[in-house]
Amino acid sequence: MRVLVIEDDRDAAAFMAKGLRESGHVVDLAHDGRDGLVMAAGNEYDVLVVDRMLPGLDGLSLVKTLRATGNATPVLFLSALGEVDDRVKGLRAGGDDYLAKPYAFTELLARLEALVRRQVAPSTEARETVLRYRDLSMDLLTRRVERSGRVIELQPREFKLLEVLMRHAEQVMTRTMLLEKVWDYRFDPQTNVIDVHISRLRQKIDRDFDTPLIHTVRGAGYTLRAAD
Amino acid sequence: MLLTRLLKSATFRLTLAYLGVFSLSAMALFAFVYEASITFMEQQTRETVEAEIQGLREQYALGGLAALERVIRQRAEAERNRASIYLLVDRWGGRVAGNIDGWPEGEVDENGLLRFVFERPRPDGTMEHRRALGKRFIVAGRWRLLVGRDVEDRIATQKLLLNAMTLGGGLMVVVGVLGGFALSRWTLARLEGINRATKFIMAGDLSRRIRLEGTEDEFDELARNLNAMLDRIEALVAAMREVTDNIAHDLRTPLTRLRSRIDVALLGRLDEAEARALLEETMREADQLIATFNALLAIARAESGALRSEWEPVDLSAIAAEVFDLYEPLAEERGITLTLDAGEEVTVYGHPQLLAQALANLVDNAVKYTEPGGRVTIRVSGRPRPMLEVADNGPGIPETQRRRALERFVRLQPERSAPGNGLGLSLVDAVARLHEAELEMADNAPGLRVRLAFDPAAQPKAPAPAQKALH
Repeated sequence: MRVLVIEDDRDAAAFMAKGLRESGHVVDLAHDGRDGLVMAAGNEYDVLVVDRMLPGLDGLSLVKTLRATGNATPVLFLSALGEVDDRVKGLRAGGDDYLAKPYAFTELLARLEALVRRQVAPSTEARETVLRYRDLSMDLLTRRVERSGRVIELQPREFKLLEVLMRHAEQVMTRTMLLEKVWDYRFDPQTNVIDVHISRLRQKIDRDFDTPLIHTVRGAGYTLRAAD
Repeated sequence: MLLTRLLKSATFRLTLAYLGVFSLSAMALFAFVYEASITFMEQQTRETVEAEIQGLREQYALGGLAALERVIRQRAEAERNRASIYLLVDRWGGRVAGNIDGWPEGEVDENGLLRFVFERPRPDGTMEHRRALGKRFIVAGRWRLLVGRDVEDRIATQKLLLNAMTLGGGLMVVVGVLGGFALSRWTLARLEGINRATKFIMAGDLSRRIRLEGTEDEFDELARNLNAMLDRIEALVAAMREVTDNIAHDLRTPLTRLRSRIDVALLGRLDEAEARALLEETMREADQLIATFNALLAIARAESGALRSEWEPVDLSAIAAEVFDLYEPLAEERGITLTLDAGEEVTVYGHPQLLAQALANLVDNAVKYTEPGGRVTIRVSGRPRPMLEVADNGPGIPETQRRRALERFVRLQPERSAPGNGLGLSLVDAVARLHEAELEMADNAPGLRVRLAFDPAAQPKAPAPAQKALH
């Protein structure tokens, strides 16, 4: 994917760019709000990473201006402020996701990939009533889950967890992202509660089948995919 | 210096402006009173003259010239001091009767009255000139009659009145200006006190306060409000400083550890596998740092109380059910029975994310410290007041150590390998204080019972319909 990083901290930006390039993405950098706005408006990017505090033009105004011109490129806000209130402001200004500093790079990468994926198929996602991945299918209306024709019984929370993994199939979902999307909690639990939920789900989805679908991504989170 | 400041002061300018308006209206009033009294006095003179003339005319009608002469003679006799003036002369101008000597000359005004001057003897025998008003007639046989009235006294009275009014007006202006000076000096002194105090505060002395005069007036109110504002600011600054100090202090240890790990690694030669292991270890440590940092931020956020805009009615039972749902698999994996004891909707007014996080921290602790085979119960109750409770039958916390357990980074059993940063209960404490809820820790015999008891007076009266627990 093509990423524009608008971040005034040059070290942090260079580091982020290096990480993204090593993950196979194309990265452009802008170090102040005005440059960022010009670059974002003049080029086709898949996703923008925008720092909230920027010289020249702050992140919120930048995204508001961009949205006013009809540009709908997904935006992930980065913020050192990190307050819930800032998050709300950022999303209201037209941001699509929000990440507070300090963050782990894997978290940033996972969120960016999720944003771009959502952008690719936004209309089908909302209307789909049956999600499919390989031999796994889940009917959102009848709440029936099948793998290779065999019915799998899931608890409501396991169902929700699997739904999120399937909607983001082949993407890394971090523990924080899962906690956000499944439980609507925006805090870090102290212990590995998510891991236990995943291992329960894994028991039901993968135990009786040859190909495991739920994989642990070391140092990052989980992903649903057919093979390593 | 003082004078220019006085002249520039708003109070003084206000006083002057008011004085101006007041002087103008007072002058208008004075002018009206003066004019009215002059007109009144002149009219009185005229009426007196007219009445005399009327009387004389009647005498003349009854007894002719002889009667007129007699009456004038009588009246002139009675009016020795010549307040009323009579003069009857024959066709050659010779005095027949009256109390002045010669026929006077003078101007006739718009009312048909003659303004003239006559002489009056003083007690010492000299003569004085006095002004008078009168009317002249031609009587039968070309005899002429003059009837008049001395107005010298009246003019003196008018002069007195004018003088009194001028003096009074002048006095008023002087007193007004002096009063304005005094008033603005007093006001300026009060404002100066407030300004001086604010300058000190701006210079950095946040502990300084503005002195109250005890007059309970608007200045005292202003000073009191400013002081209250300063108290709040000082408390916030102190809280912020404490948070900063704590963060600096608490993050220094792990950061130093991180640094020395890298330092030592750079000293020796590492093969690929060793380097990788070291980096992974370092990353884990950094993750732990981030988690600690986030926990500190969450506490600071709850303590600052700045999140009021996100408050809403929250159903404690719904929150308990969600946290139960989140922790149930973990508890089961550890061989602990987690039960939920919540039924009816118990609505409190609060911050849903923070309340959920506080409860999650309590459950996290209970599950972490209770031995396999133990029990942890999440309980919600609406009576006697709204409360959230987490009870376990683990080791508990000795009563003497319970307060200490709330302090940041305090881990009562540091030798235990359970993960954590010692911030869990600190956050619960901060959330409790934010919601003005009481945080009680009690002996569950055995185990620990932690309870968040909310103030029923601060809650919505009726259970709000269909409230979402989380937004």
